[in-house]
Amino acid sequence: MGDVRNGIATRAGAMILAPVGWLANVFDAPLRMLQRRTGSNGMAVFFLAPNMLVFGIFVLFPLVINILYSMTGGGALFLGDRTFVGADQYGRLFSCGSYLDPKSCTEDLFWIAVWNTLAFVVLQVAMMVAVALVTALVLNRELRARSFWRAVFFFPVLLSPVVVGLIWRWILQRQGLLNLMVFEAGGTPVNWLVERNWAFTATIMVSVWAHVGFYALILLAGLQAIPKDLYEAAEMDGTRPLRVFWRITLPLLAPNLLVVLVLTLIRAVQIFDEVYVLTGGGPGTSTLFLTQYIYEVGFASMLRNPGLASAASILMGAVLVVLTLIQLGIARRNEQRGKMR
Amino acid sequence: MRMNSIILGLSAGLLSSTAFAGDVRVMWYSDGVEGEVIQDLLNRFMKDNPDINVILDNVAYKVVQEQLPVELEAGRGPDIARVTNIKELADHWLDLTPVVADPAYWQTNFGDQFDWMRPDGSKVIPGFMTQLTLTGGFVNKTLFEQAGVPIPADTATWDEWVDAAGKVQQSQQLNAAFAIDRSGHRISAANISYGANYIGGDRLPAPIDAGTKAFAEKLVNWVADGRMNKEIWVSASGTTYRAGADDFINGQIAYYYSGSWQVANLASKIGKNFDWVATGSPCGTAACTGMPGGAALVAVKYTKNAAEVGKVMDFLGREDIMREFTERTLFLPAHKGVLAGKIDYKTDDENVKASLEAFLKASGKIAPNAAALPAWKWGTPVYGALVTRISQVMAGELKLDEAFVRIDEDIKAQVAEASK
Repeated sequence: MGDVRNGIATRAGAMILAPVGWLANVFDAPLRMLQRRTGSNGMAVFFLAPNMLVFGIFVLFPLVINILYSMTGGGALFLGDRTFVGADQYGRLFSCGSYLDPKSCTEDLFWIAVWNTLAFVVLQVAMMVAVALVTALVLNRELRARSFWRAVFFFPVLLSPVVVGLIWRWILQRQGLLNLMVFEAGGTPVNWLVERNWAFTATIMVSVWAHVGFYALILLAGLQAIPKDLYEAAEMDGTRPLRVFWRITLPLLAPNLLVVLVLTLIRAVQIFDEVYVLTGGGPGTSTLFLTQYIYEVGFASMLRNPGLASAASILMGAVLVVLTLIQLGIARRNEQRGKMR
Repeated sequence: MRMNSIILGLSAGLLSSTAFAGDVRVMWYSDGVEGEVIQDLLNRFMKDNPDINVILDNVAYKVVQEQLPVELEAGRGPDIARVTNIKELADHWLDLTPVVADPAYWQTNFGDQFDWMRPDGSKVIPGFMTQLTLTGGFVNKTLFEQAGVPIPADTATWDEWVDAAGKVQQSQQLNAAFAIDRSGHRISAANISYGANYIGGDRLPAPIDAGTKAFAEKLVNWVADGRMNKEIWVSASGTTYRAGADDFINGQIAYYYSGSWQVANLASKIGKNFDWVATGSPCGTAACTGMPGGAALVAVKYTKNAAEVGKVMDFLGREDIMREFTERTLFLPAHKGVLAGKIDYKTDDENVKASLEAFLKASGKIAPNAAALPAWKWGTPVYGALVTRISQVMAGELKLDEAFVRIDEDIKAQVAEASK
């Protein structure tokens, strides 16, 4: 029976790979000729060129255009029709009596968005890492229907952010599901999305709910890579579970935790879609985050200000570059440690 | 060489515009049933004109507001569009004078609103208003009756209306007494009723005055004392539009201030659940005005099929077609001939008939300051600044005095930026 299955699988694999083999044969001769002419380095350039072209067109070029836009003013869309204003847009963003007091700033909404984003990043990242860790630890245990539970935690990651926002809006609105449950339990319904602190808390909870599955998966992979014999040795020594966690699990999971931390940080700074659908930045401006500010100034407002929006996005991009460099540094350090082992 | 030609041909085909000779693409949004009505009318047009293929793209209002302006700036877009930000985009409209059969007919029947749609000083025929709108209030008659509270008279002030709705709120244990759409356009009617004038001597925005301040203060107080529905205004930031129609439809508020375009929507969703009627606009110290406005059907000057566009516009602008459109959509007509004749609205709903009559009656009370706004270029930044900052006051983030300073600064900054 097993032989028959293997035979079928081998034939299916061969059928799938046949066109690939045919293509490889077709390109073999010209590629060999190219390699003879250009050498190995030339081939590297040849293979990288398509990727670099796509990167150039869709990342590098828009970045340069964005920088140029940030140095122009007016409502016109085309760069050629816009007035050069130098660093005026940046000057406007940084024109403040005190950066700690957005009301003293010319562009007060930008600074409100900056401080809101900062508060969101600190709280959401801490909660995300903690919840992801706990989830991964639980899912790593010998549970009944473990695969089912893993799928349950991962499912929200597959949902579109707009769907996530809408689902939670229906739950949290004044006449939503949560208030119905509160009312049925004899409590007083709360206007979750209109009360400042509740709305801000809701944005954190919802984003954690939506993304924790992904980070838990990274941590779960880390947990499963920890050698089992370490736990067996600890058990034989009679080590308490909490000590096992602090002395074995956490240190060996540290590289994965660092990756999760940096990825969560980057994602938190970029937060927009689910929050925009959930609270629209309200109540007042208490959940107005940087990306929404940029979107509203550059696109949603009737009198758009692409220059100011570009300047704000360049500043946000600078923060993201720093976070990405940290991530790359961590990844490189982990790689080196791996080699040393 | 031959292969290269084939590849080039294919690429050109893929990259070329999807508009073909004889195609007319219409971008359309709907508040009620007008999407179905216009499709029906266009099908009739295509039957009579088989050489012209009209494609109706039904889109969300947000698409018209946010994406269409970008498309137009890029020199693209549909051939015809139904828009409300008519004045801001006036530079992009096609002059229909050379492509319509009888420009004098257009001048006579739609001419009163041309200045709403074309740049200041221009004499072009840019399109026509598919309907006129007027802001105004709606009352849940059933709730008022159940509470034993008389519906205020035509001359009642905003305070009297809110007091009456507040009594209904207490009696019927409603979450709020009333709601106003989260829109600068909507509250401008009330501001002007309290004497506000937005237009300065130089046709640039004037600093906000006592009229605007007086109504803003009332609005904030009504939210604070729980009579105005807090959710509509506070639960979003910036200039985001939020309508209060759902709360009215669900019988959760006694009074709702929006506009005539809601009539068909309310009729279809409320059905026989309760009795309701439109009441015109409450009075202030200076007037009892609503804000006029509407949606226009305009041709886009980047069209490659101007002659076909002219034929479509001629058809849709015909008096019999406009009359049918008006009667089936339950809109207020902009066509002078239709307005002068008898309009037989296609509904058995008494609430609808009474409401449309109320709006027609209220259209005679539009204050000059309100009538001037649709043709004024800078209405948008004023509306946006009002909504953004007054919401912040309602949310407890700003004091009223701080908000007034910010409103003036925001408007000044936006005008300066747009004038660069």
